[in-house]
Amino acid sequence: MGSELVVRDLHVNVEGKEILKGVNLQVRQGEVHALMGPNGSGKSTLAYTLAGHPKYEVTDGEVLLDGENLLEMGADERARKGIFLAFQYPTAIPGVNMANFLRTAVSRVRAAQSDNAGSARDGGELIPMREFRKELNSSLSMLKMESDFVRRYLNDGFSGGEKKRAEILQMALLRPKIAILDETDSGLDIDALRVVSEGVNALSGTNLGVLLITHYQRILNYIKPNFIHILFNGRVVVSGGPELASVLEEKGYDWVRTEFGEPVAG
Amino acid sequence: MATSVRTVTRRIITTAAPAADRPDSFNPETLERLSAWKQDPEWVREKRRLAWRFYGEIPMPTTNDEEWRRTDIRPLRLNQIVPFTPDTPTPLGGLRDTPRWVQDTTAGGGDEAGLLIHRDASLAHASLSAEARSRGVIFTDLDSAARQYPDLVMSHFMTEAVPLDASKFAALHGAFWTGGTFLYVPKNVEVSLPLYSLTYLSGVERNSFGHVLIVADEGSAVTFVNEQLSNGAEDAAQAMHAGAVELYLKAGSLVRYVGLQDWGRNLWNFSVERAILERDSVLQWYIGALGSQLTKANMEVALKGPGARAEMVGFLFADGHQHLDHHTYQNHLSGLTGSDLLFKGALRDRARSVYHGLIRIHKAAQRSDAYQVNRNLLLSKQARADSIPGLEIEANDVRCTHGATAGPVEEEHLFYLMSRGLPRHEAERLIVDGFFDEVLQRIPVERVQERLRASVIRKFEA
Ligand SMILES: Nc1ncnc2c1ncn2[C@@H]1O[C@H](COP(=O)(O)OP(=O)(O)OP(=O)(O)O)[C@@H](O)[C@H]1O
Ligand SMILES: [Mg+2]
Repeated sequence: MGSELVVRDLHVNVEGKEILKGVNLQVRQGEVHALMGPNGSGKSTLAYTLAGHPKYEVTDGEVLLDGENLLEMGADERARKGIFLAFQYPTAIPGVNMANFLRTAVSRVRAAQSDNAGSARDGGELIPMREFRKELNSSLSMLKMESDFVRRYLNDGFSGGEKKRAEILQMALLRPKIAILDETDSGLDIDALRVVSEGVNALSGTNLGVLLITHYQRILNYIKPNFIHILFNGRVVVSGGPELASVLEEKGYDWVRTEFGEPVAG
Repeated sequence: MATSVRTVTRRIITTAAPAADRPDSFNPETLERLSAWKQDPEWVREKRRLAWRFYGEIPMPTTNDEEWRRTDIRPLRLNQIVPFTPDTPTPLGGLRDTPRWVQDTTAGGGDEAGLLIHRDASLAHASLSAEARSRGVIFTDLDSAARQYPDLVMSHFMTEAVPLDASKFAALHGAFWTGGTFLYVPKNVEVSLPLYSLTYLSGVERNSFGHVLIVADEGSAVTFVNEQLSNGAEDAAQAMHAGAVELYLKAGSLVRYVGLQDWGRNLWNFSVERAILERDSVLQWYIGALGSQLTKANMEVALKGPGARAEMVGFLFADGHQHLDHHTYQNHLSGLTGSDLLFKGALRDRARSVYHGLIRIHKAAQRSDAYQVNRNLLLSKQARADSIPGLEIEANDVRCTHGATAGPVEEEHLFYLMSRGLPRHEAERLIVDGFFDEVLQRIPVERVQERLRASVIRKFEA
């Protein structure tokens, strides 16, 4: 049975201000959902909230992964349960070696999944170097990345495109059940977009559910969504099939605005 | 034997009468006994006596002195300190004969051109490669050097770099120094492997008055590691180290100096360290501070000859109640000189650090550049780092920048790592490790790097 992420009537405050005002969504393994919406509508807020960022305060609603309450878990436990967020703006951490970090992350996530408990195995064993190297190299070549890339510090001094590729590299290694890709397509040139999309497609299949946040039709030519949702002023106001993308492309968000009103200030 | 000292706990000590009311263990009689035991040449004995005079003349620093404002040494009971114990040392075959804890800690014992092991106040082992020896390198304890190479030692030992009256504790050191390492590298000789000097204390009541004197002659090149260890616990009897380091870089020489202290948590560490750089010499100075109850270290590069350059790269990691106070002084005396300093500290629990960084560019030092960066990572709410920069620029054609920061681990860094499945503690460990990487990766001896990384992790996990 495939995994399932359920978001029900989710309300989220950021610094005392309500940003999400009752979001409903359901993403299953094997499905691709595109989430679109104007700047400031709350897409990244949803992404961060699902990943467990402590700054985002859930005031109502629930988020379940296979029936388990994600909201009670820290970010690390969610990751070990199979949630992955590709950041819109990945954080650079100077001094932290990319390869070390990847090996540690993979080890923690795998260990949790093999004992099926999501328990923290702090300072536990690392997966054997040989095995890690092999996986790493195949993921690197899938994403057409140089192998000395992982000798660098984490996201430090990476170009915009390199950061986005590095996010997908992490996704490939961590093999999540549900991945949230927050504008992974922005800042990628044509070639990079194709490589990254092919990477996502190769991973998706039946084992991955994708919530793809984007502003552009472009990526949807490569990654075919099963569903498209429009987030507006903190709510999913329209959901539909792939055809919705071309409607948006044609009419922009104006028709959403007239239909659902201007965002209410404050 | 200092059995009475061993039973004195810190709590008793801090409530006892002021030191001035009691007979001091530092006195002229002790000094004469030490000098006799060491078989000092007459000039050394005279120098000790002079230092003792200066010690009497220089007042004990208090928190009213600007330099000591944040470092209170009143709890140190100097009168409980036994300056030396005249053991007849059993020679050690090498590192394998040192206690287990020393072997487990030290980065020595790798591929070295020479190794000195000091146990307490005496040299216990010395080795030097035949190659280095044949090229005229002298690497021995200071006692022997003072007897065998009087001219070389007399002209450099506590003359220009660290004069006897440099400070209260420099004077105390000048009077009671023991052990000590002497290194001379002749003109144009390059020693490719590092030379290693290890000092350890054999018991919690032991103290150290070790000295390092390096003379790198014109055009020579050498890498030297000075590592100092003891293993007293925080509640053990107080111990002390009053040390001095003197580095003389003659024209065109290159010295890489690694000074690493991992003293026990009962030890009060005072160190005066100064390098004199002649024309076009290059000093790469690496500082690692892990141990001690309290440290007051003064480190100066005096860029005396035109074209001299110094790089200072330091790190400290303090926990518990440690108090580590470092002063660095980038002293530009000549034109076209350069100095570049990076000092990073991490603090947890109730640990505290003080960093004073002074850059001075004298009028004659035109077209010099000086950089200074101090960064501190606070791993607990109670930890504290004070950073006090100072600039005295008398020349007008110079480049100089400095900056200091202190703050906790960034939440966004933590969240990013945790969002990849790392438990918070492990994410923090990676961040701390990463914080130090910039410093550690520059240390020239790989074994020292590894040893320091291991210490950082051990300290983080404690
Ligand atoms: N940390 C924060 N502090 C204050 N306001 C915030 C914070 N994070 C988000 N917001 C506000 O919440 C609203 C939604 O922001 P969010 O980043 O979720 O939008 P988005 O849909 O991802 O936009 P974009 O398309 O530009 O990425 C915005 O008005 C934003 O200013
Ligand atoms: Mg966004």
